[in-house]
Formats: sequence, structure tokens, C-alpha cells
Amino acid sequence: MLLIHCPYCDETLPEPEFTYAGEAHVARPADPMALSDEEWRDFLFVRSNPRGTHYERWRHINGCGRFFNAIRDTVTDKFAMTYRAGEPRPNLDALKEAAE
Amino acid sequence: MTQYSAFALLKNALSGHKNWREQWPDAQPKAEYDVIIVGAGGHGLGAAYYLAKEHGITNVAVIDKGWLGGGNTGRNTTIIRSNYLYDESARLYDHALDLWEDLSQDLNYNVMYSKRGVMMLAHNVHDVQSFKRHIHSNRLNGVDNRWLSPEDAKVFCPPLNISRDARYPVVGAALQMRAGTARHDAVAWGYARAAAARGVDIIQNCPVIAIRRGPDGAVQGVDTAKGFIRAKKVAVSAAGNTSVVMQSAGLRMPLESYPLQALVSEPIKPVFPCVVMSNTVHAYISQSDKGELVIGSGTDQYVSYSQRGGLPLIEHTVAAICEVFPIFSRMRMLRKWGGIVDVTPDRSPILGKMPVKGLYVNCGWGTGGFKATPGAGHLLAWTVAKDEPHPINAPFTLERFTTGRLIDEAAAAAVAH
Amino acid sequence: MTQAFRIPGAGRVDHAKPVRFTFDGKTVEGREGDTVASALLANGIHLLGRSFKYHRPRGIVSAGSEEPNALVGTSRGPGRSEPNTRATMQEVWDGLTVESQNRWPGLDFDVGAINDRFGRFLPAGFYYKTFMWPRSFWDKVYEPFIRRAAGLGRSPTEPDPDHYASRHLHCDVLVVGSGPAGLAAALSAGRSGAQTVLVDEHAEMGGTLLSEPGVRIDGQGAWGWLDAALAELRGLPNVRLMTRTTAIGYYHQNMVGLCQKLTDHMAAPPEGAPRERLWRVRAGQVVLAQGAIEKPLVFDGNDRPGVMLAGAARTFLHRFGVKVGHRAVVVTSHDSAWHAAFDLARAGVAVAAVVDVRPEVSRVLTGQAEALGIEVLTGHTVTGTTGRLRVASVRVNPVRGGRVGAGRTIACDALLMCGGWTPSLHLFSHTKGSLAWDAGAGAFLPDRKTEECEIAGAGRGLWGIAAALDDGAKAGAAAAKAMGRVAGVGTFAVEADRTGDGVVVKELPTDRNAGLAKAFIDFQNDVTAKDIRLAVREGMRSIEHVKRYTTNGMATDQGKLSNINGLMIAADALGKEAPQVGLTTFRPPYTPTTFGALAGYHKGSHFEVTRRTPIDAWAEAQGAVFEPVALWRRAWYFPQFGEDMHAAVARECRAVRTQVGMFDASTLGKIEVVGPDAAAFLERMYTNPWARLQPGRCRYGLLLGEDGFIRDDGVIGRLADDKFHVTTTTGGAARVLNMMEDYLQTEWPDLDVWLTSTTEQWAVVALQGPNARTVLEPLVEGLDLSDAAFPHMAVAECTVAGFPARLFRVSFTGELGFEVNVPARHGLALWEAIWAAGQPHGITAYGTETMHILRAEKGFILVGQDTDGTVTPGDAGLDWAIGKQKKDFVGKRSLQRPDIVAKGRKQLVGLLTEDPKVVLEEGAQIVADPNQPLPMTMIGHVTSSYWSEAMGRSIAMALIEGGRDRMGEVLHIPMPGRTLRATVAAANFVDPDGLRLKV
Repeated sequence: MLLIHCPYCDETLPEPEFTYAGEAHVARPADPMALSDEEWRDFLFVRSNPRGTHYERWRHINGCGRFFNAIRDTVTDKFAMTYRAGEPRPNLDALKEAAE
Repeated sequence: MTQYSAFALLKNALSGHKNWREQWPDAQPKAEYDVIIVGAGGHGLGAAYYLAKEHGITNVAVIDKGWLGGGNTGRNTTIIRSNYLYDESARLYDHALDLWEDLSQDLNYNVMYSKRGVMMLAHNVHDVQSFKRHIHSNRLNGVDNRWLSPEDAKVFCPPLNISRDARYPVVGAALQMRAGTARHDAVAWGYARAAAARGVDIIQNCPVIAIRRGPDGAVQGVDTAKGFIRAKKVAVSAAGNTSVVMQSAGLRMPLESYPLQALVSEPIKPVFPCVVMSNTVHAYISQSDKGELVIGSGTDQYVSYSQRGGLPLIEHTVAAICEVFPIFSRMRMLRKWGGIVDVTPDRSPILGKMPVKGLYVNCGWGTGGFKATPGAGHLLAWTVAKDEPHPINAPFTLERFTTGRLIDEAAAAAVAH
Repeated sequence: MTQAFRIPGAGRVDHAKPVRFTFDGKTVEGREGDTVASALLANGIHLLGRSFKYHRPRGIVSAGSEEPNALVGTSRGPGRSEPNTRATMQEVWDGLTVESQNRWPGLDFDVGAINDRFGRFLPAGFYYKTFMWPRSFWDKVYEPFIRRAAGLGRSPTEPDPDHYASRHLHCDVLVVGSGPAGLAAALSAGRSGAQTVLVDEHAEMGGTLLSEPGVRIDGQGAWGWLDAALAELRGLPNVRLMTRTTAIGYYHQNMVGLCQKLTDHMAAPPEGAPRERLWRVRAGQVVLAQGAIEKPLVFDGNDRPGVMLAGAARTFLHRFGVKVGHRAVVVTSHDSAWHAAFDLARAGVAVAAVVDVRPEVSRVLTGQAEALGIEVLTGHTVTGTTGRLRVASVRVNPVRGGRVGAGRTIACDALLMCGGWTPSLHLFSHTKGSLAWDAGAGAFLPDRKTEECEIAGAGRGLWGIAAALDDGAKAGAAAAKAMGRVAGVGTFAVEADRTGDGVVVKELPTDRNAGLAKAFIDFQNDVTAKDIRLAVREGMRSIEHVKRYTTNGMATDQGKLSNINGLMIAADALGKEAPQVGLTTFRPPYTPTTFGALAGYHKGSHFEVTRRTPIDAWAEAQGAVFEPVALWRRAWYFPQFGEDMHAAVARECRAVRTQVGMFDASTLGKIEVVGPDAAAFLERMYTNPWARLQPGRCRYGLLLGEDGFIRDDGVIGRLADDKFHVTTTTGGAARVLNMMEDYLQTEWPDLDVWLTSTTEQWAVVALQGPNARTVLEPLVEGLDLSDAAFPHMAVAECTVAGFPARLFRVSFTGELGFEVNVPARHGLALWEAIWAAGQPHGITAYGTETMHILRAEKGFILVGQDTDGTVTPGDAGLDWAIGKQKKDFVGKRSLQRPDIVAKGRKQLVGLLTEDPKVVLEEGAQIVADPNQPLPMTMIGHVTSSYWSEAMGRSIAMALIEGGRDRMGEVLHIPMPGRTLRATVAAANFVDPDGLRLKV
């Protein structure tokens, strides 16, 4: 059972309060009808599924109800950070350097 | 290859079992192969075996980052069945079932395919409708599957609780008699031994770092921890790690990898004669030949390669088992473990050619890959050898995600109204 | 029996309190504080069971939860029995029933032992090599035979009458294990003020201290110091002590699962007490002080009853006051067993010899042995034992320069062995922390940590009580400091500590044919040293392969005794060092854990909640039959006067079509969509146009997934420019709201909209039928219900039966219809008011079955029944619900994909059977050519099928390839035994022009 920090509530809470919501930063195209079938497939179905750093979405469904983003390592399941929906994709390496 | 038999066993017993030969040699990579298969699970080893046996292609290497059979082949609940809804799926899994029938004899390795019957429980009107649809479809596809009343289901599986007062009462069941279980490790070992006997190299503890492509875009071989190995054809059959391997060839896949947990109880005398599955309460159970109750759980909700999995899912699974089989409440969980399953958007596999010359993939089996092992291996071998899919795996393309021709078994079974 | 092996007054059992239980039907007397194992040993009983494969007689090997052999069935009455209980952990109480396992007809004479005679034909993995011919024998002969041999104990046969509890717990420091290291850690952490929890799987705390009363700590005897330490801990308000509590698994971010046994040790558990409790502990820091587990030695006949671990013998002696025999021989590769020999000798056991495989042993030890009259045989090996049901002698041989000399036989009734100690790192392994081989310690020790934990004492290879105390104190202080406490590190003055060391060995050398030796590694699974070597010979090079091929380490002790011995022998066979061969991964749980405890409260009606509407009780009182729909239970039909389902449903259908029916529609999902951009939001979510829908009007809404397939539907009413009342399917409510929130929050945060789930806020009564207005009108205030003023698909806020209401004029039946929404607390009163008002007009309550039939008569789809997640609006004949002018909505792009616009997709149509009396089976498959061979080409299936009372015949809906181009075509439905014929028709059977709505 993971512990997850909700960036809206600013609290770290157990996993049953949250639902996973897939890869982050997969924005819905502004004009889907302008996309080719392949581009639309990529939006719908293709995911990075990395072994390592994963940018992903969670929803604090049994709490504030907000969707937010997280960076988690898919090998250790450890969260590097969580951040609010709409914020730019953080550069993890820069963050690590800043911390050191 | 030493032929295995009761006679061989007797003969070797008299010499203190000193003369058994190794089942497969520990191969070191050659510079070049005709075909490299990435992933030495049942599917990959099976493909190598059928390449050698049915297509005469023996200059084949199967490469694995760990020990053979150490991925989902050795971590599943060994359920085998073919009662799928869509024609494409039913034919795919029934093809595997046909191969399971004679696999022990074919490989000269007893994989203990046990046709003990798989019974799927219906708990509500929606389940009944869905199961009847499966049964009728299976019947017309020549796939065995029949409807049982709750009373008949109880006769078939005595520990079953068919009380009307249950939170999810059993209102009927669908039974596939030809379905059952097999000994998972033996499947990998049997294929490994039979493939090695036909000249296939099995290279363990050799992580694939990247698939190398030439200036024309075609596959040239694989970079591994033991160096570059040349091959014009590379087939990836790496289950949960497929995305990572394919990424190295520049292909992004419609796959996500989830932790799947399973558990066994302490061993008890035979009490559970069949396999029972309930999608509504999420419980899957059979009893192994050692006597352990083998119980399948669900996937955790998030993408992960950690093979850890959380406690809440196990709690729910065990609660579901106790709900359907209340006599097991005082049984004890002996061990639980996790695997990594690769899931496609329509929960059906991708088995075929890739848009890269010389690259083939077999992935996306989700929670159900074990049952397909001989079929997947057989069809992957065909596809690689002939550079075109067999009619049975032809629908399971990567392109279906572009065109919309999905084969969505989960959607067909799981929507409640 | 006489307890001939009990030492009066010795040990920690209460000699004044005899306890009687039965073992295989015979009454056995023990003492309060005994385990089943110690009580049986006190009576000289060593034979407790039979092994899994060879049915060899087996006794007690250990004194703890690592016990592989002494597994018994335990029972306290009907429904309360369990197999495979460890005799070494189960406490005795008056009336406990204990049965041995895996023997027939009896423990002394077991037919299955024939396997032992033929053992040479049954090596590791023999079953993979045989049972293949003749082919037909597998299903009928071989496999049933193999399966019958499975298992140890017997499954319970009745439902479990006990219940189980669970709790969450948060603490600063969780200490696992209450031996000297754990106690010292708990003292450091507890004294610092940290919230501290100390758990131990045994009935009492103390660990090794319980078996080492001779040690002196801070000037007191070990037990006196233990009492004082526990008293101090109990006196600290921030410390919680839990015995009989096993840390079963170590999960992400310092969550540890504990299983606490509450009543299994009681003769008369308190009424209503839970049997076990599962704790989910979230700890800031975890101190793992689980100690070490003694290794057996591997030699021929090391499994006979009476052969046990030397440390276990010491525990039985000191903790339980029990001598494990009259005449013992000790065989060891480690100093610790010498101390066991000394303790036993001092307690009056004749210790014939100490056999040490090492050529050189400390003079201090040999000197003490000689002083006690014990023969010292260093540089010796053990090459065999005798005794059918109990060890009777042991054969020992000198080893010089690698050569095994002539053997001699020493009589004994107990053979105590020690192959050194394995640090207990199971929980650490659960965290995926890595282990490193320490050649000096001859053990794997913790290396890289992944969680916030400390490992203390023997768990990291420290030997002796002083070292454990010091290390524990440091670990506890470090954990407390990590939690922001100021913690001191206590020091301990320890006297008479008995430290020592040893060597790691593989199977002991022998002068006999090793191929005939039965030198066991995994006792329960009957895995021998030669099985391991055979596996390696056959090409199993990974320790995982060796384990799986031989089943070593897969028994109920999960390799606690066998893993390292198996590894050393496999490494030797491979010619590699142990760390190159690797170690199998320990998986949770630490010890087997009761299913009931994991299920906890989620049992019976609490397995999952049952949602009930405010009107549910009324339906129940009327004798309604219910059906589960998602988490809800809904009234399915209302049988009266002994009606069967068919008659009841036909009556309900007639009533709606001819008079008026009422239906509890409260389970419908409801979402309030409010805000300046509410219409714009719905415009993007749903296929339909919403911008120009006038307040006071409703529209059918269709929701797709982004993949273009139908996800949900429902009527949406516009109450004001900025307020919509959205309804969803019963099962889809939560999914739809989640999907809406997702788009609103993450894709279109620019839209000014609020979403609120109002499913539970509104009770909904549907009133349907020609008399609906007549019944409702007198109850309504503030609204003209006439067709002109309140036409079909109108919505208004008004008062109904005195309650504030949202009134919809909608019809899911094709009849004049209203749906009255009132605040849920008024739902039942509203229902009863309408029921009363409807009595003169033939009002009839109807359930979901009637609702389904009436909508099918109109061809209205049920999402999830007529659609299955692969159906587009076009497939379902719902193209009319797509806003043609809309540039975009969720799923629109997917509708342009090649296979979605291709011809031949399955389309929803009606189907009328040739024989009007035949009701097709839902799910039945449809073919064009009934005479084709299998596999048939199926062109569709029946999605909905009913007897239509209104039509006087059966009706059906079906998804059929190119269905709308097949109107009037006769198709075939092959059923078992006969093929049915049916004609494709429009799926709108009753009042196709909708005239009944215009009244």
C-alpha cells in the first residue's frame, strides 16, 4: 500500500484514498479531427510504460477529488514528487541536482 | 536427448541416477543466428522449438535476462481454457488447447496437463447473459462449454457455497471440461530441453540492451550484456518487459505493465477437483498436485515492474475466496508473489510482424498468457519462419489499434448496467 | 501418561496447572504454558507425523515457527478445525484435540511408507519423466493417482463460525522480535518517548533469553532482567507490547502487516471475541530483530524422530522443563551446540558424545565436556542413524585428511544437531533489500536497504546476548532519532554470555554409498542432498531452478531450515561460490496466515456493501424478489398470490400498458452539472447538442469513450441556463462522474463548471401508463401537467405530495410517463402517497424485469446488455443522437477510423421468432446458413429477449452484421437439438409512431 502526497491537500495519505489515472502529460489534441489515424492511435493507446521514472496521474478520489501528477519509479514504486495538474512536466534530473 | 520413460527411470535408479544428462546446455552466444528470440519463457522457448521442429530453422538463440521460465511462466496460476467469446480469441486459445493435449508426448516431458474442468461462476443476470453468449458462441465454434445450475455446480465442486443468501449468490456456472491446469515450470523446461535437442541455443543471464537496426531500418541483431549478436530476424516475447525492449528498436507499444499477484495455501488433501473462476467477486482457485490451493488475485491499479504488490488486494482476494468457499476460512496463506503482466488496450495479445523489417512481437497477453503457451509459440514460429502471420494470429495485429478493429473480450464481459 | 521427561519445577510452565488434551484420541497431560510439542516431549512422544513424499516417520525438529515436521491437525469442535498447525507454536489447553497427519491407517503403521522403499525410483522431478505412456492412462490412471497423493492435513469441511478483526496502527518505531536485540531496541525507543510497538510471535516475550537463564545482565539473572525490562516497557504509555503477533509482511513505505492470534490458546474464548486480528502498521522506522534460525546438518537418517536441533533441545529444557531424551548425542559444526550439551548434561540427560565436524575446537569447550563426562569426538562425521519410529543409535566416523575412517555406533534416544545459524531476514527480503554473502559469518547479511529500517542483533550476524543487546540499543536509538527524538543508547553488563562460532558445511562426509543415503535438506518435502545434486546434473543452474525442480524450500516452512543447506550443496555441485548461485526470494507471509484474518470483516453481508433505496423496505414488505445490480439491490418483480415470475411480470406489464405502474428508479445515477459553462461542457462530453436545449426541457444523452464506443446514456434535463440534471445508468454513475471530472479538471480547466454526485440525494419514482397523469395531477402543486403546458421531455421544479420535487416528463416504456425526484428522505412518503392516490386507477408496482421488457418493446437500449463496449452509436442505431454540427466531442474522432466506418458492422435490430411462443435465449448466436459445419460463421447474437404481453408474442433485439440491410430476412439460431428461425425487424414493436406519448 503506497503512501501518496496530495499536492492540493498537502498531506501524505494511503493508497486507498487514491485512484491511479494513467500516464501523465498525454494531452487531448486540440483538434482531434485534424489528426491522422496513426496520430490518434498514439494519443489513445500508445504509452511509454518505462522501467524507471514514470510521469503519471492520480486522483484523490476519496479526498479532495482532484487529479494531480506524480513522478514515480516503476521499479521501486517510490514517488519522487507529486505536483498539480496543469503544471509543466518537471525535469527530474534538475530537481535532483538542485537537491544535492 | 535421453528419452524419458518409466524404463529410463528404472535403469537410472539402478545406477544411482548418476547418468542423467543435462536437460539443456548452458549456451554461450555465437556471433550470428538466423533467428533470435528475446525472452526465454514458455512462449519464447516454444517458438524456438517449433521453428526447429516444423520449419527446419535450428540456428536459433533464445536469450533471457535471467533464468529461463523465471517470468510469468513461473509465476502464474496455471489455468488453461479456451472458452473465449470472439471467434478470433476462441480459435487462438483453442489452437493452444489442441497443442496442450499432446504436449507431454510431443516434448517427451510430462507437463501434467490436467483436464479437470474450469468452471466460471455467474452471480447475477448480467453474468448469465454474458456466459450464455459465450456458451452459444463456443458451441458453434466447436469449443466445449456448457451451462450448469447452481446444484450441478456444487456437485462438480463440493466446497462451493450455493446459498441463496450469499452476498453474491451463485446463480449458475459455465463449465469447460477440456480446460484445466498444467505444471508451469515443466512447460518451460520441456520446451527448453526439446528445443536444445534440436540445436537451439538457450542463453540465460544475458540482458538484451537494445535491438540494433541498420541504415535501411531492418533489424541487424541485438546488443546484449554478452556483446552484439547478429540476426536478421528478432522476435520479442518478453511479457512485462516488452515495451522496454521494443523502445530500443524505436517502437512505442500500446502496452502497460501491471503487477499481478497470486498466492497459495498450505497443502491439504485433495478437496478441490477443478478450477473455479468468478469475475464478479474476483476469485480464481484450483488445487495443485502438491495440495496447495492456488489462488489468483487481480492486478494492482498502477503500472509497476516492482513485483511487490500491496496487501489490500490480497485481502480482497482472500475475502472473495472465503465468500464463495466458506470452508476455507481457517486455511492459511503460505506464500504470495507478484508477476508483471503486459496489458493492451483491448486485453488481447499482439502477435505478428512489426513495421520494422525482421522484427516480430508476441506480447500483451495480460493475465492470460500461460494458457496460450503452446499456441503462441507455434504461431510466433510460423510468423517468423514465413514472414507472414498464420490465419489464426492474423487478426492480432498492432494495426488494429489504428483501424479500430479491436478484439475486446474484457469489454464484452465486464460492463454492468 | 506420566510426563516422565518433565523436570519438576523447571522451566516457565506452571507446574501447578495441569492441562489435558488428546493426541490421536489418547489423552495427554501437559502444563499451562506448554506447546503441543513440549507437552508431547514431556511424555516421551517424538513421533508426530509423516512426511509428504515418502511418508517417513517424523518428529519435532525445532521449537519455533520454522518447524517443518511437527504439523498436526487441531480442533475445538464443529467448524473449528485447521490442518498443518505447528505443534511447536500451538499452546495447549484443556480439551484441545490434536491429530497427526498424512498417515493411513495410523501413525505407527502407514501404508504410504511404501514410497520410502521405492524412493530410489522417485528422485527429484521423476514425474516429469514418466506417466506419459500409454497416452490414455494419463487422464484416467496416472493423474488421479498423483492428485490423490497430494497434501498433508485435511481441509476444514464446515463454514468457519469464528470472526476476525482488523485495525490500523501508526507508530514511530515498530520492533519485530522481542529477543535481547528487540528488547533493547524497544527500551531505547520507548525511553525516548517515541511511539513504539514491540511484537513477538511467541506467547511470551524474551526470545533467546527464555532459553538462556544462566546469563546475567546488569547483575540479574536473564529472566529477572527480562521481567524488569518488560515491566519498564509496560509502564511506558508510548509503548505497546503484542505477543502471539507475527509480522507477516513488509510492504511499501514501511507498512508492516501483523497477524495477532487472540483465542487459539484459550480453552474457553470469551463470547464474541475475534479469533485473530490483522494489523496494518505504518511505522516511521522499523527495527528488524528477528534473530537467527539454526541450521540442521545434512546426513543419512537426519530425519528420524528424536533427531532435532540442539538449540530446540535447549529451549525445551529451559523454557518448558522438558528433557528431549534420556541419552543424547550432539553433532555440530558450531560452538552453540556444545552449550546445549552442557545444559542437558547438567539437567541429568546422559550426553554420550559431542561430535564436531571441526578438527579443532576451543579447549574451553572440550574441557567443560570432559568435566561433565561427555565424550568429545572432534574431526568426526555422522554417517547414519537407526530406529524405525525413534532414533535408537547414531553411527559416527573419524575424518582425517578428507578420508572417512571406520564407523562406530553410539546408542541414543535423541540426536541433537547444529549446522550453524541463518540470520532471519525474511521481512528484509520482502522490501527487496539486497543481501550480501559474508564469508566470515558464513551467511547472507543485509546489504542495501530500500525502506526506513534497521536490522539488529543476530539478524545481521552478531552472535551472543551482549552483542545483541548493544546492537539493539543502538538500532532503537537510531530509529528514535530518525523520528526526531533524543535517544540515549543503553549499555549492558553481561556475564556468562556464551558466544561462539562455527563453520558452514554441506552434506557430511560418509564412507557409505552416498547414492543410497537419505540425507534430508527439506524435511517436509523429502528433498535430499542427492536430489539437489541430481537437479544440478540435469542442468538446473539457477537456485530458482533447483528449488522448483526439487521442491526444496517450498514446504510450509518456506525454506527457513532448508534454503541455505540446499544452496551450499547446489553451489558445491556447480563448483561455484554460494553468492554466484544466488538465493531464492522470500515472499510474504513470514509464517502461514489464516485466510479469515486476511478477509477480516469482509465476510457475508459485509463482503461488499449492499446499497438500498429509500423505498427498498416497502418493496421487501410487499414480497418483492430482488436482483443485484452493481452494488445495489433492486426489486426485480412483485409476485402476488403465489404467482411465478412469468405471471407476475406479465401482470405488471399489462398494468403499465393499460392503466398505470410505478417503479423505484432511485438507483439511477444523477450528476448535477452547474456553472456558466455547463452547456459547453456537456456539449464536449456527450454526442448530442446541448447549447440550444431550453431550460425546462430534457434530452436523451449518449456518452462515448474516447475510443468511440458507447459508455453510458441517460436523460439530461436543463433546469436553468447554468444548471443541468444529468442521469446515468445505475452501474455507470461513478465511472461517468470520474470521467467528467477527469476532462473538466485536466483537459478543460478553463471551463467554469461544478460537478456534484446527487445519486443518493434524490429518490426517484417513475409513474408510467395511460393513467399516470390522472394519478399524479392531484398531488402536484405549482405546475400545469397538461400535455400543452408540460409536454413529453419537459422538466420542472414543483411540489409533489407536499415535497419539493424535480418532475420529469419522460418515458422509458413508451407510455405517458413521469419521473418524480424528491429529496431521498421523502422518497418512501412520496411512494406511499402515489401508491394511495393510484389505488382507484389500478396502480401496480413493477420491478426491473418489467422495466426491461417495456423498454425492449420500444427498442430502447440497455447499455451493457444491448451494447458491450464494442458498439458505436451507428451500430446501436443511435446516429440521430449525434450532433451533426458539432466539431468535436469525446469519441468523435474514433468514429472516423477505417474499421468503424467499414461496412458489415454489427447493428442493433429487432428479431421476431417464427414461432411466436418461443422466447430466444439471450446470448444465443445467429447464423445465415444453419447447415454449415463447425466452426460456424456467426453473424450476430441476441442481446435482449422477452415474452411481450403487449404483443402476445416473443420479441428480441439482436446485434447482427449489416442488420439494418436485412429487414425481413429470415435468420437461424442453432440451439442444442434444434435450430430456430426468426425474421429481422425494426426494434420498435409497440406503438412504433409514439402516439401514446402525445396525450
